[in-house]
Amino acid sequence: MALRQSPLADAHADRGAKTTDFGGWEMPVEFDSIRAEHEAVRTAAGKFDVSHMGELLVSGPEAAELTDRLVTNEVRDRSRGEACYAAICDDGGVMLDDTVVYHLPDGWLDGSHLVVPNAGHDAEMATHWRDHRDEWGLDATVDNHTESLAMIAVQGPEAPALLASEIDDTSAAADSDLDALGRFEATVVDVAGVECLVANTGYTGEPGFELLVPWDRTTTVWDALDCQPCGLGARDTLRLEMGFLLSGQDFDPEENPRTPFEADIGFAVDLDTEFVGRDALARVSDPDERLQGLRLEARGVPREGYPVTTPDGDPLGTVTSGTMSPTLGEGIGLAYLPADLEPGTEIAVEIRGEGKEARTCATPFLDR
Amino acid sequence: MSFDTPDDLRYLDSHEWVRVTDGTARIGISDFAQDELGDVVFVDVPAEGEEISAGDSFGVVESIKAVSDLYAPVSGTVTDRNGALESEPELLNEDPYGEGWLLEVELADESELDDLLGADDYADQIA
Repeated sequence: MALRQSPLADAHADRGAKTTDFGGWEMPVEFDSIRAEHEAVRTAAGKFDVSHMGELLVSGPEAAELTDRLVTNEVRDRSRGEACYAAICDDGGVMLDDTVVYHLPDGWLDGSHLVVPNAGHDAEMATHWRDHRDEWGLDATVDNHTESLAMIAVQGPEAPALLASEIDDTSAAADSDLDALGRFEATVVDVAGVECLVANTGYTGEPGFELLVPWDRTTTVWDALDCQPCGLGARDTLRLEMGFLLSGQDFDPEENPRTPFEADIGFAVDLDTEFVGRDALARVSDPDERLQGLRLEARGVPREGYPVTTPDGDPLGTVTSGTMSPTLGEGIGLAYLPADLEPGTEIAVEIRGEGKEARTCATPFLDR
Repeated sequence: MSFDTPDDLRYLDSHEWVRVTDGTARIGISDFAQDELGDVVFVDVPAEGEEISAGDSFGVVESIKAVSDLYAPVSGTVTDRNGALESEPELLNEDPYGEGWLLEVELADESELDDLLGADDYADQIA
């Protein structure tokens, strides 16, 4: 099957990006080097094309109720312009995906709710929403805007000033809007003359924003953001240094079924709301295994699938994500391990048949 | 993009190179290979005195994004390895045919060199 293309695909090819198949999308994995891109975001600013993210617009009188009942966090009482991180679970409390849900500001797509699932999950989640709407008899419409809304993230300590400089003078209020925008808040501003939804969110641990952009104007906004273009490679090392989950890798309903409590995102579960999987989750809020950070003390790089053991070689779990941290200069990873392990516990990561010294640690790996 | 393929080297189709001087073969990976891998962060090759055997895997090179096996272009006994790579693995990206060399072996069988690709043939392979 042909891969789905970002509206920036031609621009990336011209820029010499290496691309990869990510959730059915052909996306840039590297523009210059992962290290250079990573460092730009940690010390200055970088821009990411994340148009592979899904966009489901849920509108109508009962849009909030429908969405509230399908995600683990509380959605119904969020004001316009507020967003939240949440998991989407099945009846058994197993995570199908994780998402950010926006209650859109006035004047942008009718102030409905926008659900942003991960690459390749948009059609499946649209069906999930529509099936439950029908089952519950709710008055709501679910439209898949994944290929009419592009997404650009601009992240890094210099990202706020960079974005502010591209906000049109004619929308003078917008500049101060950006300053006042709290974490997980969104507003509508003109960036390089293009009306965008700008959200104070991201996947890097740095200050910055994610922009939802009309598909056919994406190049204008991308070109106006004068900073290092970054691919999925740097996006992965940046998110991993923060201990952020990657859907389909750190959890997957088929390959590695996990609850949000096991995935250590209990903060995104509000058991006081009613949602699919709520009752199952209420029984397992204190799991036997929990996703934990690990740091390699020996030289080497933990990778997905490597066994984690006690120092004596007794099995403890498996690495779900791992890399050489460009910032720390050491191997880091995530693994589901017995929940009672204290941070700092001596463990070993088996690399090509050899146990390498490591310790569990709290995430994020960086102070941010 | 075009990649550097020095004329004085012999190449393996898995992108290792070898340069022979007075019976000693220095081994590394090609410019194309370092570019494919991206930022190299870790190199694991045998210590002095160990044997490597033509065509067999003798170690790994890891970039941020991937692990890649290294294959021996020739057989021989390791006489030296590039210690600088332990603290500066990025030398492999910066200077793959120079300071980013991997190891040196005492050639067991010089005729094995005949099985390797010349620069032109290797350049054609990666074109």
